[in-house]
Amino acid sequence: MKRWTRWLRVLLPMLLLLGAAGCATTTSNDPRDPAEGFNRSMHAFNDAFDEAIGKPIATGYRNVVPSPARTWVRNFFANIADLWIGANNLLQGKPLDAITDWARFGFNTTIGLFGINDVASEMGIEKHDEDFGQTLGRWGAGDGAYLVWPFLGSSTVRDTIGLIPDLFIGDPVVRHDPSGVRWAMIVLRATSKRADLLDASRILEEAALDKYVFQRDAYLQRRRNLIYDGNPPRAELPQPRAEEPAAAADKYVTEREAYLQRRRSLIHDGHPPRPASLDAAIRLFEELAQPHPGNVSVGSGG
Amino acid sequence: MLARSLRLAAVAAVAAFILPGAARAQMEAPDALVKNVTLEVVSIIQKDIKDGDRRRIVTLIEDKVLPHFNFTAMTSSAVGRNWDKATMEQKSRLTDEFKTLLVRTYASSLAAYNDQKFDFRPLRAKPTDTDVTVNVRVLQSGSQPVQIDYDMEKRANGWKVWDVRVAGISLVANYRTEFDNLIRESGVDGLIKALQNKNRSLDKPAAAVPATGAKK
Repeated sequence: MKRWTRWLRVLLPMLLLLGAAGCATTTSNDPRDPAEGFNRSMHAFNDAFDEAIGKPIATGYRNVVPSPARTWVRNFFANIADLWIGANNLLQGKPLDAITDWARFGFNTTIGLFGINDVASEMGIEKHDEDFGQTLGRWGAGDGAYLVWPFLGSSTVRDTIGLIPDLFIGDPVVRHDPSGVRWAMIVLRATSKRADLLDASRILEEAALDKYVFQRDAYLQRRRNLIYDGNPPRAELPQPRAEEPAAAADKYVTEREAYLQRRRSLIHDGHPPRPASLDAAIRLFEELAQPHPGNVSVGSGG
Repeated sequence: MLARSLRLAAVAAVAAFILPGAARAQMEAPDALVKNVTLEVVSIIQKDIKDGDRRRIVTLIEDKVLPHFNFTAMTSSAVGRNWDKATMEQKSRLTDEFKTLLVRTYASSLAAYNDQKFDFRPLRAKPTDTDVTVNVRVLQSGSQPVQIDYDMEKRANGWKVWDVRVAGISLVANYRTEFDNLIRESGVDGLIKALQNKNRSLDKPAAAVPATGAKK
């Protein structure tokens, strides 16, 4: 605990400073991203940290550790995670998926030698990707405002709330007791994850005109896809900006948009997946107080 | 997470569209097209371009993959409602620059291809459909399969891709906010200029990068 407070004492002023600097340069008023100024400064901080520490360590890891060993490391941590993934599938009303997750854990931990071999995938038992943020989404919570946290990166209000059980209930690594082993595992896991993303992050740099925006939009699209397990309702095109009068556009387009929106709303019984915004965050809190699992209407996916 | 998805997507996208069009006179079904091209591309990469030589990959993409994409549709969709404000000349320049950017990205992705396996999903569509989504999944030990969706439209000269979604991230939709911001700040010409600068900046590192241990 003491160590935590010491960290906080160093981190907090730094973050506040960054946040203050960021607020001065708020840009484009995207309704999904009301904290853009703060987020951009966090993004810059994460980038600088990654450039100075994350990327060099991950690159060294990839160059020094042979590929099979890196696969063992990846699989080991992926295997531990399957337990919590199963729990989330259960919470989302998907008991069969939960059973396969736990079966994966059983096979991989035993035949797969403590999880370092993903024998379950070879047997055709596929891995899932679930966390508590997705569970909340499945229960009907909207994204809430987009947020970027130091070290952790992209998130939303909903996913940040989900992170609390993810870390304190679902992650055996952060609760592991000899703290030396705990920190070694945390660092190893982070290194392994970062190393897996080396090519990808380079491609992201190349592809994006504004990396912050590109990353944000990709995160939001990806989370949405995960919540719907790969079959999100179509019509995920971002709405045109509200400040621009639609009247100037031609009538055909206006009518088409109105019709499509109305149909979408009807299909979802008046509750289409809402665009992230602050009021969605407020609703999230209401829904947290009164969860109603099973009330998910998955539209006709693509 | 995103980045890996992008990489896989790019790999798959490239892989998917390498079919020599001239060789096949009649129209190939979209899922067969994706499958044949994916496998063909992957085998070319594994056999012939092991060193990850960017220039050769770019040439490969231009020759084999580009014919299967409808870049005008991709660009107009990414530009969104501002598309109608652009002149014909601006539209063609936008399309060219966007195409160049996407080809570079694909080339980088292919250079990072690392023996992942593909799972080609059966096509869920009626024979009369003219707008379909072809699903491919990329398998990798220790992680959830990455889902890649090709949105394809039937045209007179064959099935054409108009969007690629990797792990649910639509390439076209993901550029939309960026493009929108740039157009709002500095007009269509500003967007063209930003794309040009981006492409030009990629020219230099692209030549120097291949040795940095990206391949492993």
